[in-house]
Amino acid sequence: MKPVLQSREFPAAGKDQVGGKAWCLARISGQGISIPKTWCVPCAVYQDFISQTRLRDRIFLEINRKPFEQMRWEEIWDIALRIRNLFLTTPLPPEIRKDLADLIGSYCGEKPVAVRSSAPGEDGSAASFAGLHESFINISGTDDILKHIRLVWASLYSDAALLYRKKLGLDIHTSRMAVVIQELIPSDRSGIFFGVNPSDAGESLLEAVYGLNQALVDGDIAPDRWHLRRSSGRIIRHESPVRDRCAVTVPGGVAFTDLSPHQAGTPPLKDGEVRQVWETGKQLETLFDRPQDVEWTFLGDRLIILQSRPITSTGFTDTDEKRAWYLTLHRSYENLQALHEKITRDLIPEMIAEAERLGRQALADLSAEDLCREIEERQKIYDHWVSVYWADFIPFAHGIRLFGQVYNDAVTPEDPYEFMALLEKTGLKSMERNQLLEELAEMIRSDADLRNRLENDLAPGPDHPFTRLLDTFIARFGDLSCTTGSGSECQYGAPAVIRLLMEFARRPAAGTKKSGSPHQRDTAVLKEQYMAGFPAHRRKFAQDLLHLGRESYRLRDDDNIHLGRIESRLFEAVQEGRRRLGDPATEEKDREMLARFPALSAAPAAPKQPEAPAADETAARRWYRSRQIVGQPAGPGIATGTARLVKTPQDLLSFKQGEILVCQGVDPNMTFVIPLASAVVEERGGMLIHGAIIAREYGLPCITGAPRAMQLIQDGTRITVDGYLGIITSHTKGL
Amino acid sequence: MENNRKQTLEQIAALFASQDLAVLSTQKDNQPYASLVAFAASSDLAHLYFLTPTTTRKYDHLTANPPVAILVNDSHNEADDIYRAVSVTGTGRAAVVDKVKEKDALALFLKKHPHLKEFSRAPTTAFICVAMHRYYMVSRFQNVVELEITP
Repeated sequence: MKPVLQSREFPAAGKDQVGGKAWCLARISGQGISIPKTWCVPCAVYQDFISQTRLRDRIFLEINRKPFEQMRWEEIWDIALRIRNLFLTTPLPPEIRKDLADLIGSYCGEKPVAVRSSAPGEDGSAASFAGLHESFINISGTDDILKHIRLVWASLYSDAALLYRKKLGLDIHTSRMAVVIQELIPSDRSGIFFGVNPSDAGESLLEAVYGLNQALVDGDIAPDRWHLRRSSGRIIRHESPVRDRCAVTVPGGVAFTDLSPHQAGTPPLKDGEVRQVWETGKQLETLFDRPQDVEWTFLGDRLIILQSRPITSTGFTDTDEKRAWYLTLHRSYENLQALHEKITRDLIPEMIAEAERLGRQALADLSAEDLCREIEERQKIYDHWVSVYWADFIPFAHGIRLFGQVYNDAVTPEDPYEFMALLEKTGLKSMERNQLLEELAEMIRSDADLRNRLENDLAPGPDHPFTRLLDTFIARFGDLSCTTGSGSECQYGAPAVIRLLMEFARRPAAGTKKSGSPHQRDTAVLKEQYMAGFPAHRRKFAQDLLHLGRESYRLRDDDNIHLGRIESRLFEAVQEGRRRLGDPATEEKDREMLARFPALSAAPAAPKQPEAPAADETAARRWYRSRQIVGQPAGPGIATGTARLVKTPQDLLSFKQGEILVCQGVDPNMTFVIPLASAVVEERGGMLIHGAIIAREYGLPCITGAPRAMQLIQDGTRITVDGYLGIITSHTKGL
Repeated sequence: MENNRKQTLEQIAALFASQDLAVLSTQKDNQPYASLVAFAASSDLAHLYFLTPTTTRKYDHLTANPPVAILVNDSHNEADDIYRAVSVTGTGRAAVVDKVKEKDALALFLKKHPHLKEFSRAPTTAFICVAMHRYYMVSRFQNVVELEITP
């Protein structure tokens, strides 16, 4: 079979080889409907590629590291990133490359094309998986087309595809991917036609924008929308958005440009053209025997169909909301930029102001009734910010991922996480907090008198520089025992912080130890390498995206700290209520009122007791140890030390220098012990989770996604954490 | 005799090419220990190579006691294995070798196991070379031949 087929050759090759998208396009063209010039790299080439390069074995190793059922979406994203990089860094074998290059060169020349996925089963009649695999617009030149063919192949294992692997029947042994190469139409108007409106079966829906429909698909530009009678095509109503921009091709990509005043004031389609799209949509519905979701474009007055698939592609019918929510995390650059502005300009200042405003409220002065009202109010405020956190802050974290992907595309580094070095050291709030802790520790280290006083529980006077700095610390960051989402309350106050500071003071001063990762790459070189991956006219975009990635990285931790402060205000009010309940001076009617109040009626959760060791633990018959646990390497380095299992925030306060922090997941409000730790192990998976981020900042070995680590590692035993390989080894003596 | 030796070496080479894994035997404090390794052999069968994290028992043992044994066989867990399967035991001396200096050997290893490329790169992954002393080939249940590679 030829490695690149022309559309007239698709039928003979078979749907199994050219995939759903190419197959449908060939059928559309057979009806005399215009499609762009289309070619296809059949599945056989993909199979030759992964067999000859042994990429199949490497993908197999990646996707079998851990059962998918035990993975969080962050880990699935990590796998997709690593597999994508395997495709990017594995060159095409010379023979495959030559065969492809010869045909692509002769068919496409230097003309810009779109490179799209066409998996067998994709866009079929039973199920459609729009958006799970990748498409690239405006690619030109044989080398670039070949690179993007590999990226489309890689998207067979995109995070979304891995998430829907069961439904897709994704299987390394049998799954294949064909690639469609399509002449790029320099569209002046384009859009999507839905044969049936998902929310009204009697209607068809037509959306149109000026320029390319990329921005419409990504949700970056609001389209004109026509509701049409499904049976007759009659326009029921037309919704006009504020038209200001359109997506156009620029060398090497797509960019936004302002519309002319005339375009801004005129719908992209005339009524006759609306009719023309509807008629073609109907024709396609007849051809494929079901309502279609059609991407179309006008070149002058010629209607061209870019692709057509069954209407099920508007969404999966499964009820797994988490997966659906996860898919919404894929944001375009435009969308993330808008989100950044909203977060930094509005949301964070509002959160800070809210926490300060609540902090000014003198709770002790409130009547019992007002206190109950205040608790209710604070709960509402906190719930509101939690919902903002999920709606805006978590999606914004996708900026790190977007930057990582663009970096890897531009640089094709061997290490798919090389990009992280450009994001680190961006002034995380928790790093500021840890620096302040370090300053306080240094005061204790260098002042024997102060150290003696603190060791004997004698607080220095209110004007002592230590007290003043400690007050500043507590005012800014709380007393460390309030943690987001842990349900724990602030019960420790300054003495707990002092205890921790004494531990800090016992370690060498910062700068003599862990003064940054020994493996830190020269970021200036990395940045240069990244920028060099873009042509001159794309460098501003590259620079802006780097900035966005750094902001996304910084805010990922900071937003939790701000949320933690609002939560601690809620706890303060609850604590005031509890204090009054326990205070004999409280009047009986007030006590009754407070006792009836739901937030106060439940006793505070007692700190969890560590699980008692099995009684007969040393008996040989019960002898069982986990020697090695494999997780994901998330911070390079190797360290041996005592495992300290942290189950409650209180456990953190007795953490000793040089111990290895083992926990379910490091909450951003818990990261203050990391400077004391010699390594970090988390059950929760992902390269970009908080603990991993902070561990990398401190240059500590870190492993995430270590399944059942809290059960398998015994508290107080010696373990070695190999952050290069992701292996935790427990030390057992003898054989 | 020379012909038989040549033929046996060819059989061993074919067995090694067909199998990805070998059983490695090490020992420490008078206690033998066995583990599985993904291995590759040099074309003259004088050296076997494998990778191991430096935190493993096998690494600890072989750095303390370099003499090791390996076993490779092609049994299928069927009754006829006892007559059909070929099993080769080899003895030799293990040494940690520099991944950069021995880059040709590492390339030979990764050609057979390309999926271990990332694993090979970790600073905590050691590249081990076993300089082979003798091979013992067992076929048809109890036919055993021995041949020496290096004295």
